[in-house]
Amino acid sequence: MDVIIIGLLLGGTYALMAVGLQLQYGVARIMNLASGETLVCGAFGAVWFFTAYKMSPLYALIGVVPAAFFANWAIYRFMMLPLVRRAKNQGQLEVDSILATFGLSFVAIGILLALFGGEFLAYSYLATPFSILGQPYALNRIVAFLGAAVVCVGLYIWLHHTRAGLTLRAVSVNPSAAGLVGINVASTSALAFALGGAVSASGGTLLSMFLNFDASLGVIFTLKALVIVIMGGVGDIRGAIVASFILGLTETAVATYLDPGLTLAAAYVLFIVILLVRPEGLFGRRSS
Amino acid sequence: MHRRTVLKGAGAAALAGPFGFRAARAQDATVKIGVIGPRTGVMASGAAVSHFPNFKLWEHEVNARGGLKMKSGQRKVELIEYDDRSQPGETIKAVERLAAQDKVDFIMPVYGTGYNLAAAPIYAKYGYPQVTQAAVTDQIDTLTQRYPGLFFVQGSTSAFAQSAANVLKKLKDEGKIGNKVAIVNVADAFGIELANAGRPIFQQAGFEIVYDKSYPLGTQDYSPVMKAAKAANPDAFVAWSYPPDTFGLAEQAKIEGLNVKAYYSAVAVAFPAFRAKFGNSIENVLGAGGIQDSPEIREYYRKHKEVTGVDADYWASPLYYTFLQILTQTFEAVGSFDREAIINHLKTHTFKTVVGDNTDIRKQRLARYWTVGQWQDGFFHAVSGVGFDNYKPVRLKTGWGT
Repeated sequence: MDVIIIGLLLGGTYALMAVGLQLQYGVARIMNLASGETLVCGAFGAVWFFTAYKMSPLYALIGVVPAAFFANWAIYRFMMLPLVRRAKNQGQLEVDSILATFGLSFVAIGILLALFGGEFLAYSYLATPFSILGQPYALNRIVAFLGAAVVCVGLYIWLHHTRAGLTLRAVSVNPSAAGLVGINVASTSALAFALGGAVSASGGTLLSMFLNFDASLGVIFTLKALVIVIMGGVGDIRGAIVASFILGLTETAVATYLDPGLTLAAAYVLFIVILLVRPEGLFGRRSS
Repeated sequence: MHRRTVLKGAGAAALAGPFGFRAARAQDATVKIGVIGPRTGVMASGAAVSHFPNFKLWEHEVNARGGLKMKSGQRKVELIEYDDRSQPGETIKAVERLAAQDKVDFIMPVYGTGYNLAAAPIYAKYGYPQVTQAAVTDQIDTLTQRYPGLFFVQGSTSAFAQSAANVLKKLKDEGKIGNKVAIVNVADAFGIELANAGRPIFQQAGFEIVYDKSYPLGTQDYSPVMKAAKAANPDAFVAWSYPPDTFGLAEQAKIEGLNVKAYYSAVAVAFPAFRAKFGNSIENVLGAGGIQDSPEIREYYRKHKEVTGVDADYWASPLYYTFLQILTQTFEAVGSFDREAIINHLKTHTFKTVVGDNTDIRKQRLARYWTVGQWQDGFFHAVSGVGFDNYKPVRLKTGWGT
């Protein structure tokens, strides 16, 4: 029971890292290597808010989410769209966007260094035990898990039960066909990219309650998100969510029953096995 | 494009030729000092606290009093800084560049054990003295023999493991704690080295190791580790940990209510951010480093904050400053930047510094240093070390407060 709860909490943490990237890669077709930096920006926003105003970092979400949304929208509109227009095919767009966002991640690190310096930023919020079935769990992790649940369920309902969600899914399945039926692919992609950025940044804000950040830590989150997105299958948000929880549960089970030293190995073994069995990922579509 | 840049550079150099001499004379006024360290990458957060601010403070202090008093008159100092991006390859290139191209008068040590050791041959090649900082290794004897200009200020890995064990052994022998210890370590160079050095020492000291596991660097959830450690019901907890895990483990210990009477975690307990995050709940937590309280050291912390805007840590920071005080005195005693003369001076003199009146580095290593500290009333006091007679008595941990 213990293992399941800890695993679910960790899975929620991973979902916060991965779902934003899933939207950006699955719909807008931009493999955003600066996804981790977006997350770190969200965390810095929370740290700054918490230290400056001594208020709950959760309030920082009010500022972080719209800021990240507009920043990412602008990134898509002014930096990615020219690449999309220029790209002759999906492969070229992927190469171009990987290079562009890789560069972007360095710019983001530079700006964060200039603004906040390179030190560790950490604060303590809700680091109190919360008892479930007689066992203590960190309250801040539970709050982050609830945040993740809200984001994931919200996105799922939005994607599957609204018209806007439908257009997003249409673009995700086939951008050129979506254009033929009258969907504005460019603006839909921009929306997906901006939304993905907002989700990543809010993830950073929630995670900053229990993870410590410094300006150059983004790449760690990008890597984890990348593994989850590819494991889950590109283009379906359920894939990233399910993959996050599988990863969280596996790592916790290995750490508890085998050896904490093997968690990383277990995560990558799982990654390889899933890719061998289903190369398109858990929820991915087989390419024709 | 690339070739054109090179040609342009060559042209500029050729043009500068006839005027080069005068330019060099004009620059004579300032002393050029090379500083290399990680502004970005995995080592950056530590360097932002311990490494860069101390050089800034030193530059500020030396220039504020008119510069270094050399034979040729008073000369102000100017720092030339390169970012090694936490990559040893970049560190080596930067040392080469400072020596061969910038022709600096002196090169400050780089940050971190691996980086200092990687750069040692280059310092030696150009004859620059290298007083390593933030470098802890068991190879001190071999390395100092191989490189006569290489100095260490932070001691050996086994000294750190030994001292931590000694502190706990003393508590055990006095009957204050039982003999069960839980040990965890980060699966990375320093953590593994400490764990391997520590295991036999704890067993010899009569401890029963009830939990002994490693976890990977970058672990995001420490609850499985902490739950298992707590279930083993230890009297003392030892973590050979790095900055991110030191924070993560302490937070989890607090949540799980790991009520050991002695809690030790290696790197970063001495960081100001550790106390900033946990406040009074880390009272009586033990960690690597520590410093003896004195008016001089309090003054150092005050100045550090005032000049650099950053709080100094309680381990590497004061040692950096100690080394910089030694360096200032050596430069002024030698009167020039004759590298051999500087090395000789370091090997034949003792110095008055912030950690003592007779700071001795003659045997290419600091003769006395602290290894274990404990948070007591908001100061990270030294409770164990090498070469000192008196230490602040260790207190028992009584829970994590609120």
